[in-house]
Amino acid sequence: MKILVCITNVPDTTARISFTDNDTKLNKNGVQFIIGPYDDYALARGVELKEQYSGSLTVLHIGEADAEPQIRKALAIGADDAIRVNAEPQDSYFAAAQIAHIASQGTYDLILMGRESIDYNSGVVHGLVGEMLGIPSYSPVMKLDIDGNNATITREIDGGKEVLKAPLPLVLGCQEPIAEWKIPNMRGIMTARTKPLNVVEPVSVDDMTAPQTYKLPAPKGACRMIPASEAETLIKLLQTEAKVL
Amino acid sequence: MSVLIYVELDNGSIKKTSLEAVAYGAKVAEKTGGQAVVLALGKAENTALEIAGQYGAAKVLHAAAAELEHENSLAYANALVQAATQEGSKIIILSKSGLGDAMAARAAAKLKAGIVSGVTALPETDGGFKVTRSIFTGKAFATTEIRSDIKVLVVRKNAIELDEAGLTGGNAAVEAFQPTLRDSDFTASVVSVEKADSELSLTEAEIIVSGGRGMKGPEHWQPLIDLAKALGAATGCSKPVSDLDWRPHHEHIGQTGIKVAPSLYIACGISGAIQHLAGVNGSKCIVVINKDPEAPFFKAADYGIVGDVFEILPKLTEAAKSLK
Repeated sequence: MKILVCITNVPDTTARISFTDNDTKLNKNGVQFIIGPYDDYALARGVELKEQYSGSLTVLHIGEADAEPQIRKALAIGADDAIRVNAEPQDSYFAAAQIAHIASQGTYDLILMGRESIDYNSGVVHGLVGEMLGIPSYSPVMKLDIDGNNATITREIDGGKEVLKAPLPLVLGCQEPIAEWKIPNMRGIMTARTKPLNVVEPVSVDDMTAPQTYKLPAPKGACRMIPASEAETLIKLLQTEAKVL
Repeated sequence: MSVLIYVELDNGSIKKTSLEAVAYGAKVAEKTGGQAVVLALGKAENTALEIAGQYGAAKVLHAAAAELEHENSLAYANALVQAATQEGSKIIILSKSGLGDAMAARAAAKLKAGIVSGVTALPETDGGFKVTRSIFTGKAFATTEIRSDIKVLVVRKNAIELDEAGLTGGNAAVEAFQPTLRDSDFTASVVSVEKADSELSLTEAEIIVSGGRGMKGPEHWQPLIDLAKALGAATGCSKPVSDLDWRPHHEHIGQTGIKVAPSLYIACGISGAIQHLAGVNGSKCIVVINKDPEAPFFKAADYGIVGDVFEILPKLTEAAKSLK
């Protein structure tokens, strides 16, 4: 069982977002970076499967060197080795092309990642990678079990869930409750220091998009408070003032 | 040159978010000088599909093959690519959903197309093709120029103001479409499907009534459900509530749950952690009911009531009933 887990390096969910350089760059000042929460679920399940089937797990990140603490954390959690593609991805297509290139150099049974990154929220990289490699992709996966050459997958669908049985290899976008997040222990942290972290240069990809510009939403107006004793007047206001009923 | 719009079906009818995507696609077609073509996959009557014309579609391609009856993002993406090739479509539009993203991604890789998901407004087409999308779970926006010849857009709910009363188009012609199906898209077998058919889907709902830990336990949910019924609303919940199993996981709204964008979001006993706000900040109007006047949710709300949800909810339900 060879597993590749792709992780993003993203601002913490509680981070205040702002931009610099004429709104062309995220202001990283004072922002705490973490492994993408959905990727963290993928990593946790990947580590469990690796241990269960005596397999190997490689963690992959596309990004700059400032992500290395998060990559080391993934190694401490249980990845055997890591690859960092040394490039800031401009869009989903670029990131997917790098992942597909790395994946095509190994024979991975499972390529796991989060259902989406929490910075760009696109949720399309697993599908792009699947098509680029010519293998099936499924998302969002809430449960994953392996039986020989088959995976049993529970995925969330609109208003419910679906259970699929599919042959490996697969690309899967993961979400809770696929596994509990893992916290590295001291032994993991110590061994992570000596595990291989290979830095490779990106393969060239046609530019699908131009660099982007950012903006923050317009500030919200004041909240109109209604006394609890007159709660029923809210319905009228929603109908006549807010016009949403 | 045409704009191709994929519409999702629910029991043979086009979903509301997909009709919005059709209206969006028709506007893009108008801007770029082409016609809007709709693709529908799976079982549906012609009468349920031709209404896409009222939203601006010139025609509807309908593939009704039995193999496409069950939602299969791989086969659906392959059909989408074939439809785009047949129609010479340079712009492909889908509505944001798990299926929409999966199909869009696979089609974009196949067609070597730039893809942008989470689009919140019509593109700017003067000098390049620029789209704006929601990022950081609604905390910011990014504007991107797509430079590839073929472009794939996944649009969010409310990306276009839909005026149902002002619909002018007639019905669209429905044409049978027969994509070539590949065995490699059908290697997975479906073991089971669990779907709460009667419930209104959260992503489609115009009104959502949602509960947090302030509801004090699953046995106290009835007043919230009563208000939802009176308003024709879907019910949702916060992460702690789904973690505690008070409500099913598919009702969890927030950064790591479902992101919603209804016209009206009513939060009952939810304090408004930043992760919850991230899932609801696409809502047009937010009402917060909480006993704690310091609850951070009030800062993101349009209307607020400080008080006991169990006293307030029945009053609202009564008032909502008398509306009809």
